[in-house]
Amino acid sequence: MTITHHASEALLLDYATGALDEAWSLAVAAHASLCAECRSALGDMERLGGALLETAPPHAVDDAGFDAVLARLDSVTAEPPALPVASDREYVLPAPIRRYLGGDVGEIPWRRLGVGARQVLIPTGTPGVTTRLLRIPAGKPVPAHSHGGLELTLVFSGAYSDSTGHYGRGDFQEADPTLRHQPHAAPGEDCICLAVTDAPLAFSSPLMRLVQPLIGI
Amino acid sequence: MSEGTAKTPLEFHASLVKAIAETGDRAAFETLYRYFGPRVKAVALRQGTDPGLAEEIVQETMVNLWRKAALFDPAKAAVSTWVFTIARNVRVDLLRKTLRPEPDMTDPSMTPEGEPPPSEIVSRAEEAGRLHQALSRLPAEQRLVLEQAFLEEKPHTEIATDLDLPLGTVKSRIRLAFRRMRAELGGGE
Repeated sequence: MTITHHASEALLLDYATGALDEAWSLAVAAHASLCAECRSALGDMERLGGALLETAPPHAVDDAGFDAVLARLDSVTAEPPALPVASDREYVLPAPIRRYLGGDVGEIPWRRLGVGARQVLIPTGTPGVTTRLLRIPAGKPVPAHSHGGLELTLVFSGAYSDSTGHYGRGDFQEADPTLRHQPHAAPGEDCICLAVTDAPLAFSSPLMRLVQPLIGI
Repeated sequence: MSEGTAKTPLEFHASLVKAIAETGDRAAFETLYRYFGPRVKAVALRQGTDPGLAEEIVQETMVNLWRKAALFDPAKAAVSTWVFTIARNVRVDLLRKTLRPEPDMTDPSMTPEGEPPPSEIVSRAEEAGRLHQALSRLPAEQRLVLEQAFLEEKPHTEIATDLDLPLGTVKSRIRLAFRRMRAELGGGE
């Protein structure tokens, strides 16, 4: 698997510092699960955070606070070292997504979207942001649309193409209101992807705009 | 420490975390508390947290350090990096009361890292020294945006508003500063 479309540095940095809200963070965490390059960039950002923490002018802590912590240590259970889980099973969805949905692509309640596509909504605590898993039938187009706000897309299986390029497993797309596109799923395999949006899509077709409230996209 | 070899501060801190993991060494814990506690507190105060809550963030961070000591891998990170991530997660949890999904390093679907080429395997001590030096040489305007991002946990858009700069300028200053730091770390370029 070769990932050619990465999360932007600005998005990775907001994730590394903790400034990014949950729904967008889920997209970054899922991409980083599949992309060693972005994981390495995040690691470097955290190292930079460590160096900045160390060089920050310190501020005195309460002695009573230290005593309170010491008193708590007896009742704290230490976490054992993390060991890789031996598994023959191959997952389509990376762990952060499986944790939200309770399973992999074959175990979750897909709902029809009407245009041949299916979706599963992923509940997060970020108000005004919709997080969904989409399944676009192989070889089929998604109706042309632009974006009222930001849209992050991450491919887990199959692929799609639009005017900006070809997106396969692990590839990440950040679309803002300046992009109008018509993604087209590649033939052979349904395209399953994560889509995080903070505004409804703006469909070019009047018919799509008419049915939009009914199909919930 | 007793064996008489001069340790860098970084190796010293790593040995303290190991002592906590292996023997529940409270003296080692106190040394780390006295060093990192005031730094974690300073960062929390910079974010406009009231002193009581800043103290709570310090305490939660240090309790988590104790609890997770066995998870610390000195080959992968400096103690300061690890403390930064623990304190960040405590702040997200306590202040913003939100979740921060993370990759699961034990996930069988995780793409493997691949072995780093030998040139990248520099000691963590050497690396931290270089990073600190590079930070001190950074132009003031680049250092300022980095501090706002990492220590004040501001998103790019908020930094731009606060400094009255176009978003593109903030992004490019952060990008330049990060590239420079990465070059010092010997990776990513």
